[in-house]
Amino acid sequence: MAKDDDYESVLSSSATEVASFETSNRSLLNRIQHILHSNPAAVPLIVLVTSVIVFGLLLGSKFFSPFALTLILQQTAIVGIVGAAQTLVILTAGIDLSVGAVMVLSSVVMGQFTFRYGLPPELAIMCGFACGALMGFISGVLVAIVRLPPFIVTLGMWQIVLATNFLYSANETIRSQDIEANAPILQFFGEKIVIGGAVFTYGVIALILLVALLHYVLNHTAWGRHVYAIGDDPDAAELSGVQVKKTLISVYVIAGMICALAGWALIGRIGSVSPTAGQEANIESITAVVIGGISLFGGRGSILGMLFGALIVGVFSLGLRLFGADPQWTYLLIGLLIICAVAVDQWIRKVSS
Amino acid sequence: MKSKLIAATLGALALGAMATSAMADGHAKVGACLITKTDTNPFFVKMKEGATAKAEELGIELKSYAGKIDGDSESQVAAIETCIADGAKGILLTASDTKGIVPAVKQARDAGILVIALDTPLEPIDSADATFATDNFLAGELIGKWAAATLGDEAANAKIAMLDLAVSQPSVGVLRDQGFLTGFGIDVKDVGKWGDEDDPRIVGNEVTAGNEEGGRTAMENLLTKDPTINVVYTINEPAAAGAYEALKAVGRENDVLIVSVDGGCPGVQNVKDGVIGATSQQYPLLMASLGIEAIAAFAKDGTKPQPTEGKDFFDTGVALVTDKPADGVESIDTTKGTELCWG
Repeated sequence: MAKDDDYESVLSSSATEVASFETSNRSLLNRIQHILHSNPAAVPLIVLVTSVIVFGLLLGSKFFSPFALTLILQQTAIVGIVGAAQTLVILTAGIDLSVGAVMVLSSVVMGQFTFRYGLPPELAIMCGFACGALMGFISGVLVAIVRLPPFIVTLGMWQIVLATNFLYSANETIRSQDIEANAPILQFFGEKIVIGGAVFTYGVIALILLVALLHYVLNHTAWGRHVYAIGDDPDAAELSGVQVKKTLISVYVIAGMICALAGWALIGRIGSVSPTAGQEANIESITAVVIGGISLFGGRGSILGMLFGALIVGVFSLGLRLFGADPQWTYLLIGLLIICAVAVDQWIRKVSS
Repeated sequence: MKSKLIAATLGALALGAMATSAMADGHAKVGACLITKTDTNPFFVKMKEGATAKAEELGIELKSYAGKIDGDSESQVAAIETCIADGAKGILLTASDTKGIVPAVKQARDAGILVIALDTPLEPIDSADATFATDNFLAGELIGKWAAATLGDEAANAKIAMLDLAVSQPSVGVLRDQGFLTGFGIDVKDVGKWGDEDDPRIVGNEVTAGNEEGGRTAMENLLTKDPTINVVYTINEPAAAGAYEALKAVGRENDVLIVSVDGGCPGVQNVKDGVIGATSQQYPLLMASLGIEAIAAFAKDGTKPQPTEGKDFFDTGVALVTDKPADGVESIDTTKGTELCWG
């Protein structure tokens, strides 16, 4: 037998056991990768806790006080609520650039319907929600039925809604004092509960309740699982009987209504109705979602991650300012965080491939 | 607003028809352009109103352009190019990017167009033929003096929060900030930038983007740094309204002095209600109507507007609005301020 034909002899050195999943000889890194894959909110939570501890050590009681820590919550409330809307859309592998504009237009509708037309403020608030839902419905139909890319649809809607906002409001601010005297319910989310030094505005409580509710809905209802399924693979979802179009439209409508809620909370936060507020809410909400470890490719991530992502930005902003750093350092670090978050996301994705 | 605009346009058209028929050589009517940062800010809306009314009166054909958002310099450059192509005699410009727009302005001036900077001086200021603006340093100085006079001896122990415009330190923000500190009696070091002062009375500088949201966050941050703040300088009245909300949230709204600059109607109303202690009022309508007059004069015999004596720009005036006048600082009350307010 020629040496070239000796194929059999190498068999003795090959694996002899039955095919099985690798469990025992997996490296520590692999195990971490696996844990992170099954708990998408773990990375942002770790970063959040670490950054709170680091700033606490650096700044002492000035930062590590109930007042300062709850202040971060207050400053994050608006971005967090808008981020919840953004999360829903991004989970379907879409993106919504119009969230900030829809929020501001809704708040303007709530204010102007009360003060310009003399509607009861409760009714005006309903109109604000209807406005948000309508904007979301338009985007949803364009994405689901006309099949335009979400980026383009919402890029257009952003401009349209913002222009509508300025044309309709004539960029007039409704003053805090007038609202307080005539329609205090508009400032509802500015009300607060004080426990010791900690201050919880209703806006903060609304954010936490909203995220908890959506976390439940996304994980434990058919609709929520459908949202994930569509983001993962719309064709497969369609084939398994998910009503993709209806679900997509409903996602955009709900996102619009959440933006309207943010608009209401915004009035509570700044006291007045200001058409120039919230200009960067779309970018800030996408930042929160990305740092929160939610995949921009859809279908993966936890809404809790978004909340942690928004809080990380809040912690860095306040921490660095108290530290006396130039505000530009905040943006620089947030930029780094975004890139790291996406890099980590890509790495975690490999576990499933 | 719309019908007014249509009326103005029709009026201008009618005047134009008369003017052209009157001139035997068929000389075209004088064209002018108004380019503002945005057409949504009430300040610029008022400016446009002033310019439109004056243009109608003098028979000048006015075209208005604006950036999409504050900071949108590309649209402004495009507008200047359009005006050059259109054969306009003069351009009134509130620049979003005071340095970046200079080459486009030079191009217009080379084409024989009179360029007047309104409200915001270009950098360098002589890039434009003339600048019609509020003396922002003086505006700041007035509220600084008022705050110091109101506090009296306590001014020596004041804790001051500085709510500025943006980290890029646009000139209008720097002038107001440094003017305020000078008026208050604080050494400003380099007058060309804020934030380099070392007076212990200054708690810190924060940026607000000139709106309510930014004002509130900035105030909260500074209060966390030092809860004993008792004087708040704000770049404009929306920022002041936001700062007030933050103070109200910690129950400090009644023992803190807030000062501001602008003189918009909601701002003056806030002075009346005691939200803001004093504000320096500026006059956008006047800037625009004077600008149109200057273009008319230039078109007639080539005279260019001259700056106010002792300044490198034409000062359109500023007045301190407060209901609590302080010794040694001239001021007008909110009733007068409401008559003169814009937006």
